[in-house]
Amino acid sequence: MNSTRAPLQPVIIGAGPAGIRAAQALVAAGLRPRVLDESARAGGQIYRQPPAVPGFMRAPATLYGFEHRKASRLHRLMAELAPNIDYEPGSMVWNLSDGVLDVLRDGVSRQVPYQHLILATGATDRVLPMPGWLTPGVYTLGGAQVALKYQGCAIGSEVVFMGTGPLLYLVAYQYAKAGARVAAVLDTASFGDRLAALPGLLRAPVLLAKGLYYMAWLRRHGVALHEQVRPLRVVGTTRVEAVECESGGHTLSIPCDALGYGLGLRSETQLASLAGCRYAYHARDRAWLPVRDAAGRSSVSGVYLAGDGAAIAGADAAELSGERAALALLQDMGSPVDLKRAGRLDGKLLRWQRIRDALERAFPFPEVWADSITDDVMICRCEEISAGTLRASVAGQGTQELNRLKALTRVGMGRCQGRMCGAAAAEVLARACGVGPDQVGRLRPQPPVKPIPIHMMVAMPAAAATAASALGASTAVSAKAAKSVERTVDLSQGGQP
Amino acid sequence: MMERINTEVVIIGGGIVGASAALFLSRRGVPVTLLEAAVCGAKASGVNYGGVRRQGRPLEQMGLTCRAHELWAQLPALIGTDGEYVRSGHLKLARSEADMTALETYRQATRGHGMHLRLLDRAELNRHYGWLGEEVIGGSLCPDDGHANPRLVSPAFALAAKAAGAVIRESTSVTSAVHDGRHFIVRSDNTLEVRASYLLNCAGAWAGHFAEGFGEVVPETSIHPLMMVTEPLPLFMGVSLGMQGGGIYARQVARGNCVIGGGRGLSADGNYARPGQNDIPALLGKAASLLKPLRGAQVIRFWTGVEGNMPDHNPVVGPSRTTPGLFHAFGFSGAGFQIGPAVGEVLAQLVADGHTDIPIDAFRIDRYAAAAHEAACPGHPFREQTLEAS
Repeated sequence: MNSTRAPLQPVIIGAGPAGIRAAQALVAAGLRPRVLDESARAGGQIYRQPPAVPGFMRAPATLYGFEHRKASRLHRLMAELAPNIDYEPGSMVWNLSDGVLDVLRDGVSRQVPYQHLILATGATDRVLPMPGWLTPGVYTLGGAQVALKYQGCAIGSEVVFMGTGPLLYLVAYQYAKAGARVAAVLDTASFGDRLAALPGLLRAPVLLAKGLYYMAWLRRHGVALHEQVRPLRVVGTTRVEAVECESGGHTLSIPCDALGYGLGLRSETQLASLAGCRYAYHARDRAWLPVRDAAGRSSVSGVYLAGDGAAIAGADAAELSGERAALALLQDMGSPVDLKRAGRLDGKLLRWQRIRDALERAFPFPEVWADSITDDVMICRCEEISAGTLRASVAGQGTQELNRLKALTRVGMGRCQGRMCGAAAAEVLARACGVGPDQVGRLRPQPPVKPIPIHMMVAMPAAAATAASALGASTAVSAKAAKSVERTVDLSQGGQP
Repeated sequence: MMERINTEVVIIGGGIVGASAALFLSRRGVPVTLLEAAVCGAKASGVNYGGVRRQGRPLEQMGLTCRAHELWAQLPALIGTDGEYVRSGHLKLARSEADMTALETYRQATRGHGMHLRLLDRAELNRHYGWLGEEVIGGSLCPDDGHANPRLVSPAFALAAKAAGAVIRESTSVTSAVHDGRHFIVRSDNTLEVRASYLLNCAGAWAGHFAEGFGEVVPETSIHPLMMVTEPLPLFMGVSLGMQGGGIYARQVARGNCVIGGGRGLSADGNYARPGQNDIPALLGKAASLLKPLRGAQVIRFWTGVEGNMPDHNPVVGPSRTTPGLFHAFGFSGAGFQIGPAVGEVLAQLVADGHTDIPIDAFRIDRYAAAAHEAACPGHPFREQTLEAS
């Protein structure tokens, strides 16, 4: 990097707990970070805010429950930071390479150069398909929560929640509190799992107490809680009619009109991969994750990782890791850093790691999943690729690696680019090969991370615009781009003959 | 512990060329071992645009491309899959009268090679391809050209070769290849040594390196064609499109996705390439302009690959000039997919019969040796095949 030039503005991707805390730490050090976030309002998924328009009037206590103080604090913090950061909501970072981001906002894609980048990209539900999961009315747990927090509506009037993880009971509780009828909570984990995890969970008494409270509250309000269930199928054709599972040797069929389903979370690591970060298999998360040091430094100089996008650890840990990554960034820039503060954060983060290990023991990944689904279950819904197709590729073509599986079967080649189906495909492939999921590799993401409109406007640096113009695209100066040294190529006008 | 294999033919590279050579040799009962650094058909052969086109090729390639056309017709019998191959027609578009003249000249020059090219004016384009953008004024249709899915076709050649008896070793990077006066000795680190009477150098963008090892310096470089695919759209485009002079090429697959190429990606580390950011805006603009139904559609993926390129955009195919028993086939310059099976067959003939009836003299490796080479190719005129992998 050219040391004679002033360093570029640091860029933070994501305005959830990790991104907000990272921004706070950078501002405190006198920097002015640029914060790019896909959502319309800050808070991330966990503290997602309803649209800033009249009509969405639910109070934070209703929206976030026990966490409403944390949520409000972060929302307030973001408002306080506003004068000292460049906050760009509604911005999708769809590509990244060699110190340049491609950012789509309001239909215009522009390039944002960076030297220091904090990736706080968050997570989505880990989707493990089962028979009938494509029936309308089936949502992920996270999706069910988004509906409640952002849209102020429930996914159904009589809802079953199934899967495992802390989110399972939280969402069920939030739904019941909001007035939805929760028909049942079906946990694939067992009481024994939780008992085994108890020593570890005792490190987080508040967390444990909250979990127990949700369960007790649900029971008290007549919600049936079943443990150690094996999901069988979702029943219904045009709409969910019932959920079937096996529990204690017999089959349960629970009538409902919607299902919230989820088996843990998966980190959004596409941008880290495009940035060239080294990856390693993370047994606890059952995923390949970008390698980072305790402070959040990736293997690529100038790229830092924080929050659930780096490894699943929850919102509290995300706040800590966001701040920690910012301190590492400052340290690497040569700015003075409160090392005591950094040490305290390291200690707390380590404690969260242990808690997280215990949580994963309490709500373990159902290792039998890949064996439990029949050949006709659709794994990749974008491309309509079934488990049987994946298994046939292993048997017939000797496929043993995930990218090869993608090439030969089209799994993960659709709109989601494997973000939704990749984890499940890896599990099926590994099982069919008789190896662990660490042995089948990880999908190499390609840009765009999410679909982009072919007709978007592309604002480019002047030099690139000249080149494009020479290739036949007409140019026009956009008002938005004019303030910087950028020109906009209006692709809608087409090429000159 | 070094594993040793003694065989008749050793092939470096499991792309469509190396794998089809292995297939044709195995079918003739010749023992063959193929070494592939990654997995077969995963590099240029598996990630190219998928054009299966004769139109636009230089006259020197007519023998290979016509034979390949026959082989593509037998694809299921050859490799056990149709590879999504369709004879959709290939429409090469013109943006100017000069382009139309060039298309007409090409049509005249290639008469007798069975392409049955037909020139269309704008009115005819409107009648059959009303979705084309306004910038094109006409085109040349080759009714029996088409496209296929390279992700399926290229690996299938290797699988078929294996089924026919070839030894296929993947994840086996060749670290040295020499001739000891009697045999070729090809090694992969200290784990594998293959001895053979014949060596086929089919290592794509990496083949120049092996040629150099046998004293044959070639000006092979790498190119990285940029491609993208849209979400599935209602079917509108039957033909595969090219452009006189290059710039953009497009096809639509049965599922509805449009595969569109143009421009270049960037080299990552020699072994990989990435879409980069420079040429993406231009490609988006050209696609939206040329294909009206794409307006409002979304792009779901960009990709590129690493392909060997020669200054005159013709491959190197044929015997080594330094080492008997060594044959080269590389440098397809972004246009190897269609002719790949025919090149494999030619290699098999050269080994087993000592000759081939397909004219390949234009592809000899020493065509650059003479100082005259620079004079013969001043500036290397821009030709479409460098931008449309077929």
